[in-house]
Parts: sequence; structure tokens; C-alpha cells
Amino acid sequence: MSALAEQSAVAGGTSNPSQVRAALRLGRTRLGLALCLAVIGVALVGPWLVPHSPTDFVAGPFQVRAPGAPLGSDNLGRDVLSRFLAGGKALLILSVLATIAGVGLGTAVGAIAGYFRSTIDNWLMRLTDVVLAFPHIVLALLLVATFGPQPWLIVLAVAIGHAPRTARIVRAATLGVVEHDYIRAAEAVGVPWPSIVFHEIVPAISSPLLAETALRFAYSLTFVSSLSFLGLGLQPPTPDWGVMINENRLALTVAPFGTLLPAAALAILTVGTSLVSDGFSRVVAGVDRGIKS
Amino acid sequence: MPNPSGGLSIAKLIAQRIGSGVLVLVAVSMIVFGATYGLGDPVRAMLGNEATPERVRAVAHELGTDRSLVEQYIAWVEGLLTNEAKSFATGRPVSELLGPRLLNSMILAGSAGLVAVLLGVAGGIASAFWRDRSLERLASLISLVLVALPEFVTGIFLVALLSTGVLHLLPAVYIGSGTVLDPLALILPMTTLVLAAAPYILQLARATMIEVLESDYVRMARLKGISELRVVMIHALPNAIGPIVQTIAIVLAWLAGGVVVVEFLFRFPGIGTAMADAVTNRDLPTVQAISLLIAGLYIVLNILADVIGLLANPRVRHGSR
Repeated sequence: MSALAEQSAVAGGTSNPSQVRAALRLGRTRLGLALCLAVIGVALVGPWLVPHSPTDFVAGPFQVRAPGAPLGSDNLGRDVLSRFLAGGKALLILSVLATIAGVGLGTAVGAIAGYFRSTIDNWLMRLTDVVLAFPHIVLALLLVATFGPQPWLIVLAVAIGHAPRTARIVRAATLGVVEHDYIRAAEAVGVPWPSIVFHEIVPAISSPLLAETALRFAYSLTFVSSLSFLGLGLQPPTPDWGVMINENRLALTVAPFGTLLPAAALAILTVGTSLVSDGFSRVVAGVDRGIKS
Repeated sequence: MPNPSGGLSIAKLIAQRIGSGVLVLVAVSMIVFGATYGLGDPVRAMLGNEATPERVRAVAHELGTDRSLVEQYIAWVEGLLTNEAKSFATGRPVSELLGPRLLNSMILAGSAGLVAVLLGVAGGIASAFWRDRSLERLASLISLVLVALPEFVTGIFLVALLSTGVLHLLPAVYIGSGTVLDPLALILPMTTLVLAAAPYILQLARATMIEVLESDYVRMARLKGISELRVVMIHALPNAIGPIVQTIAIVLAWLAGGVVVVEFLFRFPGIGTAMADAVTNRDLPTVQAISLLIAGLYIVLNILADVIGLLANPRVRHGSR
């Protein structure tokens, strides 16, 4: 972690677009992007291509093949293909929102802590310690147990788990930037602190922040789909890949598509996102260390 | 380090770390209490929305939710310590439900942790040694894929491969609810956890070893003409052990939370399945007890990781800076 922080302090000087280009030259980033875009394409366009409504009953339960349902039917006799095509959109939307909220909050906390140091830093970091004392999934389940499974709560639960982790990375990167003369100059001419933090510091650490965002998005996908799989995220009859796997896994032998199709889509999406995140991390850290936070 | 001249004694540093861990645990207990009782409405969670006002008042009095939050918190902590917390779902003490399940989860997480550590550390050292050979590149790509996959997706693929689709070797779900575990039923959940944890240890062990292998004293050892194997095993490895052991403690802490999804997938009778079921039933006392249990374990293992990190750092150990 400290090695990453030192490296990112160095990387803070270079411009962000050149780092994005450097990352895009890596084979793994390109492969990852291709995999992601394929699944994201299915998830976004899919809802318009469904042959049936994803909640309509078209055949008996767990049919391998049925008239009008080429990939068979699910546990209630709904069309597997339709539910698959419609099942990625909610996951994507919730994951994007959770990533934006979590990384945004974490960046604010980390940059403010790193800029002011002293007492504020101390309190903010103790606060992140407390949130980090829960495994992420336990924190989410605690919230769901209290408020029931609702979409805004899923976003909140994932974001709260992301924020302290992002805050630590951002704080470390900020510490490497605050000593620069242009920050001192801005202070000297009386630029107010929010403007220094968000207009001077945050742009300077945009490269490590980009790598962090990609990593957090990969994790959001895993997390949101895991909650749905547990039956505590998106609720039936919503078509969703995590929900589908949970509903249909008992019939893995007789009607495998209802489980394996969403599982394959989730696998390709998460692996693709991780490849992209790994590509960015490598460019930012400048070395082949394979370190992930 | 705060004291550059005489050096802060290591015992004091460790005591500090444990002290802050206790404070965090207290804060965590407040959050668990606040999240479930303070913000939510336990009476509604228990009775549902159709209960009559009289019944709501009676249950509120019984649970003590008509008292002030501070009083409730104190009573709640007392209840936990004296083992009086009762499950909403069964009316039995929570500890009765959790005892045998905790043992099962410990067996699962413990065996998975052991296998993952052995595979991960050995694989990490080997990958650092054979860095950038084509076989090693393949191994690092595979470990990246395995770390990326959600655990339940890995588990589903394993079930399809080993229980239902290709081969028919292992049971796909755990049948029965006894405390004595069938080793055959342990294999699939354990393998799923190992496939998630081992690549992570491998990546960090590899990174640590590469860092050590590139350090000046290892270069010096090489310049003296010592064989590469000897350089790795005698000179490099001892200096990498601290960070690697630290990683292991962190991964064990991860397993404390990671068991939830994997246990649920295989209907394994541990605390993870109990947690998922309790959340579904909105059985708040059970949710609280398991959250505290897992968070407590997590805090202890993280303290252990930090203490090991301190002990393994010679600069701290010898009190100099």
C-alpha cells in the first residue's frame, strides 16, 4: 500500500490523458474493455430484444426447451432467454451509482484529511477504522436487516463500504501533493480551502483515482450481484442475473441455462472489469507488482 | 515512529494497537445497536405492519424499546454478555443457535485458510522466482481471473463441473443439519473459498518476494556468486515472511465475511447461512449477534496482522529508526 502511495505521488505530476492512453496500449486493458463492453451491450440493449416479457409464464417449470423458449424455462416457467436479456440492466445501474457515491465520498474524506492533517485527519481516519472493522458483506446485511431490501439501500450499503477504502488511497496520494509549491501559492493568495482541495489537489491525483474507481466498480458488480444472489438485493420477480442464479440453481442438471447463462455473463463482466482495473493500476504504479488494495 | 531517539518500546506499540482495537469494537457495537434498534423499528420487524396498536405497545414494553436509547443500549450489552439475547424467530437464546454453527464455520474457514495459505505462499514464491516466464504469466492471469470472479459464480461453476454436469463426484448441497460434518460435503465449499483466497495470497506473496529480490542486499548476495536458490531461500525469504504472514492474517479476516455467500450457496450449516436466513426473517437479535461475532473476529485478526507486521519489522523491533 505504501509503495503504491509513493508511486502515485510521483504519478501525480504527469497528465491524466497520457496515462489513460498508456493503459489502453496494454493488451490486458484492451481485452478487458472488449469483454466488459460485450456484456454491458447485452445488458443495455437486451431489454429491447426480449421475445417475451421477463415475467410472463411461457411453459412448465424447468423445461430444457419449449416452443418459443429456445433456452428453456425457469423455476416458474418464465422464458430464460428473456430474463437473461433483461437481467443485467439493474445490476449495472446500481453498481455505477454505488461506485460514484462511494468513490466520491471517499475522495472528499481522503483529500480533506490529507490536506488538513492534524485533528480532522485523525478523526476522519478513526471513522474509517470503525467502518473497516466490518467485513463489507456484514455491514450490508446489517443495513438490509434493518430497512429491508431496497435499491437505494443496496447503493448506500456498497458505497459506505467503498468510501473508507478509497479515502485511504486518496489521503496517501494527497500527502504527496500538498507539499508542492502551487498549493502553497494558492494558499498564499487566499484561495478558499474547498477550492484548493477540489480544484488543485483532486485533479493532481486523478490517475490513482481512476485506477481506484475501476477497482471499486469491479467490486461493486461482485457485491451487488452477491446480495441479489443471497435474496437480499434485487427482489423477485425482477429479472436479475444474481436472482436468476439463486432461483434456478437447484435445477442445474435438468435446465442448466437458467443458471449458467447469468453466471457466465457475471464472470465475463467481472473478469473484464478487473483486467481494465489491473491495466490502470500497472500504469499508475509504474511497476509490475500485481498489488491490489 | 514517534520517538526517534530512544525508540518507542515494542510492547507499548502493541498495547496501543490493542487499545485502539478495543475502542473500535465498542464503536462497532454501538453501530450494530444503532443500525438495528435505533434507526429501524424492531417491533415492526417482529410483528409486521398489521399488528394492533395495543400489541405494538405491549411488545415494545417487553423489548424495552419504550425506554431511552442509552438505557436500551446498556440493557442490550448486558443481555449479550449474560447470554439473554433471544432470537425473534425461535424465542430461544441466540447462543443456542450459534454454538454448533460457529464450530462448523470455524472448521470450514480454518481448513480453507490452511490450504489457501500453503498454495498461495508456495505459488507466490515460485512466481517471483520464475517471474515473466510464459508459464508464470499464465498462472498470474489465472489468479487474476479467480480473484475477480464473485465467489458464488466460482461455486456454481464447480458444482456444474463436479456434482451435476460433467462429473458426479461430490454432493452439490449439504444435506442434514448435524454438528458432525461429512468431509465429502466440506470439499466443495472449501474449494470455493480456497479458489478465492489463494490467488490473492499468491499475488501479494509474489509482490513481496519481487520487492525483496530487487533490494540491494540481495543484489550483493548475487554479486558474491551465491547460487540463486540459496539467495531466495536463505537471504530473501526471511525478509519477506513478515509481510506474507501479515497477508495471511488479512485473508483469514476476509474469510470471516467471505463464508456468508459460500455457506449460503451450499446450504452449509454455519453462521453465514444463519446470517442470511436471519436477515431474510428480520430476526434482529441473531443478526446483531452474528455481526458482532464476525466483526470481533475480524478486528482480532487485523490486530494480529498489525502486531505481526510490527514484530517482523527490524526497525521497530530494535527500537531504532
